[in-house]
Amino acid sequence: MKGLPVLSLLLWMCAVYFVGIYLFVGGFLLVRLEVNRTSTCGDVLQPGKEPGDFCRAEPRFRRAVLLIIDALKIDFARFDPNNTEPKPYENKLPVLEETVSFRPSHSRLYPFRADPPTTTMQRIKGFTTGSLPTFVDVGNNFASSAILEDNLIHQFGQVGKRVVFMGDDTWENLFPKRFHRSLPFPSFNVKDLHTVDNGILQHLYTTMVGDDWDVLVAHFLGVDHCGHRFGPDHPAMADKLTQMDGVIRSVIDRLHNDTLLVVMGDHGMTDTGDHGGESQKETDAAIFLYSPSPLFPTPPSQSEPDVVPQTDLVPTLALLLGVPIPYSNVGQVLLPLFPSHEQAEGAVGVPSQLEALWINAKQVNRFLETYSGMAKDIPPESLSQLKDEFSRLSSEYLSTVREGRSPSPKLAASLQAYLTSVRDTCRATWARFNPLKMAAGLAILAFACLTCFILSELSLVLIRENGPGLKAPVVVALMMGGCVAAGQLLTQGYIETAWCLAAAALSSELLFLWRARRSRTVTVANNGSKAPKCTSWLTPRSLLVPPLLVPLLRCASLLSDSYVIAEGRAVTFLVFSLALYIPIHLNWDGLLLPPSHDPLKAAGLVPSAALSPSTVRKESSTLLGCLGLLIGSLYLSLSFHGCREEQGSCQPSPFLSPLSRLQDSQLKNLHYILSVCSLGLWTYLLRRCLRHYGNLNSSGGTVFTARWILPLLSVCLGLHWAVSATPEDSFRNLAELISLAQLALPRATFFLLALGLLLIWLDPLTVFVKTRAPATARGPSLPPPRYRASTGISPQAELHHLIPQIYQRMRRSLEDGEVSGGGEADNRPAVEAYGLGTVYSAPLLLFCGLLGIGLLLLHPEGMALSFLLLLFEMGALLHIHASSTTLSGLHGTYTGGFYVPWTPIVLWSLAATQFFHATGHLPTFPSIQWSAAFVGFPDGHTGTILPASLVTLNTFASHILFAVGCPLLLFWPLVCEVRGNRGGRACGEEGEDAVMEMRLRENPQQFSSALLQLSTRYLFILGAQTPVIPCSQCLCLSSQVFASVCAAAILRRHLMVWKVFAPKLMFEASGFLVSSLSLLIGVTLVLRVDVAVGRWFKRLIPDASR
Amino acid sequence: MWDHEIRAMASTHAIIAASVFMATVLPAALVPGFSVYGTHLLWIYSTSGAVTAVSVAVFWLLGVTPPTKKHTLGYKLSRLLRSCLYYFLSCLFFHTVVVLYGAPLIESALETFSLAVLLTSLTTLRCLCVLGPNVQAWIRVFSRHGAMSVWDTCLQITVACTVVGAWVGAFPIPLDWDRPWQVWPVSCSLGAMIGFLTGLVAAPVWIHYHRKQLTYKCK
Repeated sequence: MKGLPVLSLLLWMCAVYFVGIYLFVGGFLLVRLEVNRTSTCGDVLQPGKEPGDFCRAEPRFRRAVLLIIDALKIDFARFDPNNTEPKPYENKLPVLEETVSFRPSHSRLYPFRADPPTTTMQRIKGFTTGSLPTFVDVGNNFASSAILEDNLIHQFGQVGKRVVFMGDDTWENLFPKRFHRSLPFPSFNVKDLHTVDNGILQHLYTTMVGDDWDVLVAHFLGVDHCGHRFGPDHPAMADKLTQMDGVIRSVIDRLHNDTLLVVMGDHGMTDTGDHGGESQKETDAAIFLYSPSPLFPTPPSQSEPDVVPQTDLVPTLALLLGVPIPYSNVGQVLLPLFPSHEQAEGAVGVPSQLEALWINAKQVNRFLETYSGMAKDIPPESLSQLKDEFSRLSSEYLSTVREGRSPSPKLAASLQAYLTSVRDTCRATWARFNPLKMAAGLAILAFACLTCFILSELSLVLIRENGPGLKAPVVVALMMGGCVAAGQLLTQGYIETAWCLAAAALSSELLFLWRARRSRTVTVANNGSKAPKCTSWLTPRSLLVPPLLVPLLRCASLLSDSYVIAEGRAVTFLVFSLALYIPIHLNWDGLLLPPSHDPLKAAGLVPSAALSPSTVRKESSTLLGCLGLLIGSLYLSLSFHGCREEQGSCQPSPFLSPLSRLQDSQLKNLHYILSVCSLGLWTYLLRRCLRHYGNLNSSGGTVFTARWILPLLSVCLGLHWAVSATPEDSFRNLAELISLAQLALPRATFFLLALGLLLIWLDPLTVFVKTRAPATARGPSLPPPRYRASTGISPQAELHHLIPQIYQRMRRSLEDGEVSGGGEADNRPAVEAYGLGTVYSAPLLLFCGLLGIGLLLLHPEGMALSFLLLLFEMGALLHIHASSTTLSGLHGTYTGGFYVPWTPIVLWSLAATQFFHATGHLPTFPSIQWSAAFVGFPDGHTGTILPASLVTLNTFASHILFAVGCPLLLFWPLVCEVRGNRGGRACGEEGEDAVMEMRLRENPQQFSSALLQLSTRYLFILGAQTPVIPCSQCLCLSSQVFASVCAAAILRRHLMVWKVFAPKLMFEASGFLVSSLSLLIGVTLVLRVDVAVGRWFKRLIPDASR
Repeated sequence: MWDHEIRAMASTHAIIAASVFMATVLPAALVPGFSVYGTHLLWIYSTSGAVTAVSVAVFWLLGVTPPTKKHTLGYKLSRLLRSCLYYFLSCLFFHTVVVLYGAPLIESALETFSLAVLLTSLTTLRCLCVLGPNVQAWIRVFSRHGAMSVWDTCLQITVACTVVGAWVGAFPIPLDWDRPWQVWPVSCSLGAMIGFLTGLVAAPVWIHYHRKQLTYKCK
């Protein structure tokens, strides 16, 4: 078989897809330009005063303490004295409420609303620069890089304030070398509740008493980590919050009169303790402001803001501490902190409300001007509107000041409104698309889908010699890419890789399509019978058959946000429908039941093919049984789904939370036992399957893996679960051992897994060769008569027929061996090969099994059940496919090729998506299971590649498993063939029928073309889904342009783009990436086995036939 | 070829459709506060009752039902009992299938079961009427060469239309439009009913236009 063309075609196809996705994503994801200018004291922000005055004036506060309690949700900070049964996170911070009620002019507590994404690094960026986040930033959480925009810390440094920092080391990465003194502590290990907090507490009070600081930033992580580890509703959270209460009290006691205290959370958390999204639970943190000297000129009144946006802290702090507002801030000052015009009279250095607003507005206007000069993404009409508004306000303000009359309250209100509208405009437009790139990406993706489809239809032609090769498209691609690069170099002076890649991909696709078209017409001309087959697929009638209708429906469902939200159930629905379609279709063709023995029919209507009623009945019952299994596992898998925040009344599966979070020990034990049982069953079933087909007899690497590494792996995994589920305080004296085991067990599992996969790769053969008793076997009367008799013409033909013979003998001796011990010596060939019939599928199966256990390691323990269901469903799908193939084959419609029809492939790919959801994943960022990065690395990582790949493996586990196992679809009908025939031996099974996968070796060309077709079809199904989401996004965005009338609808759609479709696009694209790579791995493994089998035969045949 | 039968079929279907219409309109006049969405279960039971009664009566009068082998009373009674049993079993079967398709298991079991009853009276009942309580024959009918009379072909078409209608009816449920007909099981039962009515219309028309191609082996 020709492996190289198959592999190279697949690689080329994947590369083209990747280029398309790369282009689209590059054009779609928004990028906000960073304005790298900084405000200085010299900037004339105030009218009527000479420049440079700004920083020299005595500020209202000389010093400030910023206590950042990560994930301090507003619910944690509120105190309800009437609540008699507070939950662990309620009423644990009484200090805030006490201070607010006893010293109302000194303190306030507000909800503090963060902008999504609510991840710590983005939030630190947000409340130091005052700018709004962009979508791309989300990816940087693992490696935060220094902030280049103007920010508060920089401004403090400029005016000579000494900033002391302690706590979360993210700050150190964001502001390297900006602090006067810095005490960072590692933040990455989510399980560690105390290191950062205790480290801060060691230094906090001593630093505060000392005098070498002006701004003190302390970032506590304990509450956040507690949420991640146990969730908010856990006694540990109560302890942590009580500790924080004490910290705030001690800090308040140590404050001087000239010091401002800000206690705030950077984001909230969901009920499960996670954050990152934009639900109100995640965005609403708390902010508490306090100073020993009166801070609020007026008592709390109705005009207090309900919610303080996070960016508003920046200008407020800047003005209170007397530093310029950072250049790119879009927040507005917090008015209650500033005295009104009358109160401000006489006080020096304290800006009144109106002055503060004016400084703020002027800074924002300046930023807007600079930004609109750099980038054109803010719509000009709203920009000019804002500019007009500002010039009107500024003239009004200046005239008021010049005339010295007291300003109207309306002016302040309109200044506030101006600031709010700037903020809203920025938020709405910081989505900078590159429509050209998006269109190019879409075009490439669409052509790639078309190419993939044609490739799958023409796979047989392509594998033949005269088919259109890959050489020309690749050469053209290289040339086009080079040309575009050269052109860019000449005209622009630099190369934009994306466009070169686009040109290369598009040209190679077009050339390939053209050549394919031409070669098809040639084949049609040569071979008239082929014509209907090639042209039939484009008629609408053939496109509406259920196997293609279902993926069409699936693609259509991606256009609607409701279906994306309910994707898990929708996909299950589709799988179920398509699975039911198989027996119904078979029944429609009259293939499901043995034909009734009417005399009429027996006479001539039905060709008397090799069909015996018992075989048919057996196959149909297998099919229906497997269908039942499939449906059962489908239904059960629904109980493992997670919940999106949009799904209101949805309870996430109890199996999703790791065992260590469960508090009921009995329930914990039950879950553990269930998980271990399903793990054991997984291992047992795999071994059972291999043993059944005689693949456990030899002594090669694969067999070693199956015999020893597989059980060992599952033992390791079971132990690891046990260790990680132990409550921390139960075995105090064994703590060291436990922590060692937490480190060693997963690493041992990783090692074993790698070893097993390597062994399978190096020695994939599972064939056991047994030489018979030499005296009789090598006697001169042999060679065995039968194949001599059948076709003894040329050595080539002889060779071809030897293989089935060998297999035949093996099969028989296996059966005899069980009965009589296999002692007799008749004239059988000298060689028996055990497990030859499943030589291709056995290593692949084992590979999948090992991989499954490895991926299970990265999941919460309860997911073992879901993985077991996955195995069941895989097996059921394979058997359904096999029996339906056999059933249609028995009735004579079997075409003789190995081609896999669409239905099982579509089912296979849908099942991958379905188990993506059934393993607790969702296409949203907050639902990424970050804990996977700490399996085996409880102390965190130094790099970013390893944790990122671990998380990717965790997220796309089902995609990987199904894609690697995809070639099994090709082998399974052949594997099951024997079983089917053995039941119906009565109907004259003659010799060469039962050869299982050796059929593939007999027709290498068909084998490779079938493999190519299978993989391209799978790629097509996968790839067809990917461009749909971009389309839906384009629709959404273009609707923005057209329909300015229905503003509400647009806003809603716009939100949906960012909330639903953009994450879905990211997940779909990376899922496609991972799947296609895994598919390539699977195909490569098959080719590797093929090479090994070829070598084995070369070694075997000389001494077998001679 | 089968003009007579096609005409009989068309009038039968017209009567059944009229009964569905009456079952919707009459309670609206008699029962206060009746509406298809609001008191949906009542609508389901009234229509399925009407369809059941009318189809049994019409098919019995027409004599489409295969002739019984024995004419004893006991045999007839046992046939009747078996039919009732099959009717009930088919309700359970549809209920299971609908639950497996993703309907809530416990919460709205009554609604799900009502849908199952509706589906049964639209599909299984017809099988019972045309083929008698004989599962083998039912399975046989739903194959390409399985239809043995015009009525069998008609059965194929109506049953397929009903089932597909109910299947399509599930599509709007996840959408966030907050319409009254998106509530479980309104859309599915409406879909099934619309599919059934479509089938009633489509079957005679289709058979009429394909009467040249239709050949039946036996009978």
